[in-house]
Amino acid sequence: MGRYIHKRFTCPPPPELRGGRPRDYPVVIIGAGPVGLAAAIDLALHGVPSVVLDDSDRVSVGSRAICWAKRTLEIFDRLGIGERMVAKGVTWQVGRLFHGDREVYSFDLLPEAGHKMPAFINLQQYYVEEFLVERCADFPDLIDLRWNNKLVALEQRDGGVDVSVETPEGAYRLHANWLVACDGARSRTRALLGLDFTGRVFEERFLIADVEMKADFPSERWFWFEPLFHTGESALLHKQPDDIYRIDLQLGPDADPEEEKKPENVIPRIKAVVGDRPFELDWVSVYTFQCRRLDKFVHGSVIFAGDSAHIVSPFGARGGNGGIQDVDNLAWKLAAVVKGEADADLLNTYDEERIHGADENILNSARSTNFMTPKSATERVFRRAVLDLAASHVFARRMVNSGRLSAPCSLAGHLLQTPALSEDGVAPGQVCPDAPLTAPDGRSVFLANLVGQEFKLLVVGDVQLPVGIDLPFVQINANGYADQQGFAKARLGRDVVYLVRPDQHIAARFTAPAIEDVARALRRARGDAAVTAQVPA
Amino acid sequence: MSGQADDVYEALLAAHEGLTEAESVALNARLILILLNALSDPEMALVAICAARTGIIVKQ
Repeated sequence: MGRYIHKRFTCPPPPELRGGRPRDYPVVIIGAGPVGLAAAIDLALHGVPSVVLDDSDRVSVGSRAICWAKRTLEIFDRLGIGERMVAKGVTWQVGRLFHGDREVYSFDLLPEAGHKMPAFINLQQYYVEEFLVERCADFPDLIDLRWNNKLVALEQRDGGVDVSVETPEGAYRLHANWLVACDGARSRTRALLGLDFTGRVFEERFLIADVEMKADFPSERWFWFEPLFHTGESALLHKQPDDIYRIDLQLGPDADPEEEKKPENVIPRIKAVVGDRPFELDWVSVYTFQCRRLDKFVHGSVIFAGDSAHIVSPFGARGGNGGIQDVDNLAWKLAAVVKGEADADLLNTYDEERIHGADENILNSARSTNFMTPKSATERVFRRAVLDLAASHVFARRMVNSGRLSAPCSLAGHLLQTPALSEDGVAPGQVCPDAPLTAPDGRSVFLANLVGQEFKLLVVGDVQLPVGIDLPFVQINANGYADQQGFAKARLGRDVVYLVRPDQHIAARFTAPAIEDVARALRRARGDAAVTAQVPA
Repeated sequence: MSGQADDVYEALLAAHEGLTEAESVALNARLILILLNALSDPEMALVAICAARTGIIVKQ
């Protein structure tokens, strides 16, 4: 089925199966999907080793995450696979909305130049995992990928977690100081701890299909309300690499998934979308969607990231993108804790910041799903009013909701950030904007590749930093990185200093900082509770 | 002034002339969205919605 060949991974038997007592590891990651693999790589970049346990020996099967947002691509770029993903993926930024066969409006997600990464790429999850697995091989001494290693039991005790694992070659136990659960929506870790999601399950069912066909559809996201070619409420079309198109068809609430999945029922539906073009069915499944999450993501020594912590309906592409943003937030904090550079309390800010992110994703995904599936005659009337007005009224286009596409989360107002004293420039909590620059040696570079991975100061203009600051810094001025096209000044302001976190979010902004201003902001950004407590609410 | 209010009221009713009940419902929905958008302050939209629900208009 389909053209992607799933390689079977092998690995040497783990040391625990070669005799000897269970070993201690600083970090064990459950699940080698995009989130687990990204976590292993990010930890490795911080010099922290991890063991990754996955109960299969191949990458993702089927049609799962496709749309990777600009922010996520910046994170993947920091991890080392961003450029590879953009090269293989289908880049898009324009979406078109149809009601029946009438185009209601179109939108452009990145109407400006001067960014390294595009608004979105479409790339099958199995490719993303393949690239991540290959990147893991660059860290043979830090990343221990164990295929066909299945988590069967765990027990928290002082200072970590005892983990029981089953493999085809036998069972073993190991001990982890920290366990990061990246084992997805049906997380076994979550089940073993007896934790449940709170939130909403939607009743509507969607048929999704990956269809291989030669066609000249443009690289745009097409969404239909009440399509003429399908009796259901909505349809969505995305172009992927390898001539594969992803089609989502909304089914009625009474749809029988087993019946709907049968090729004899799927093929006529696909034919209605694509017309006479010959095609092959690569994958078919039927889903109901949920918007739910755990109450907290950190439970003792067990940390949840990705779908194991929170799940959303896919409209808006906030599932995979949300999970990778979890890793971006977590890895530098966990690394600091493991290396003794920060107190374990710092991990509470992962809860604080990523619960905020998850709630934002859940709210937006739920609203989209609600708009797409009106619950009453009155909801249907209002939705029809929005769609009718959208063709000629700009304000109504803003109300059409076929998915509020994933955007970087702002962490403004959270504990690690120091509030800014003035209004000018980028607010602390936002992601540092990208901009094209010219390095002193004449190379063209992007700001997004100059910040991140560790705390740094970003100096825009000729500001003199006080003597004795012990932080790496990047300076944008004539002698440093030149802002020849003016994008940096337009986006960041002039004569301003930013403290940028390892995840590229801005922790603080200063105009003429004294050394103590910077030191205090840095201590705060590393989770020093004493600093936070001093600041008036 | 009451003449102007009467003009508006008459225009509202006239807009529904010749429409079926379903068409009237649809027109009202479009009008509501257009009017909500026309309010300069989004907070006023929430106040108006709240007021309609309780049947009381409170002067701000």
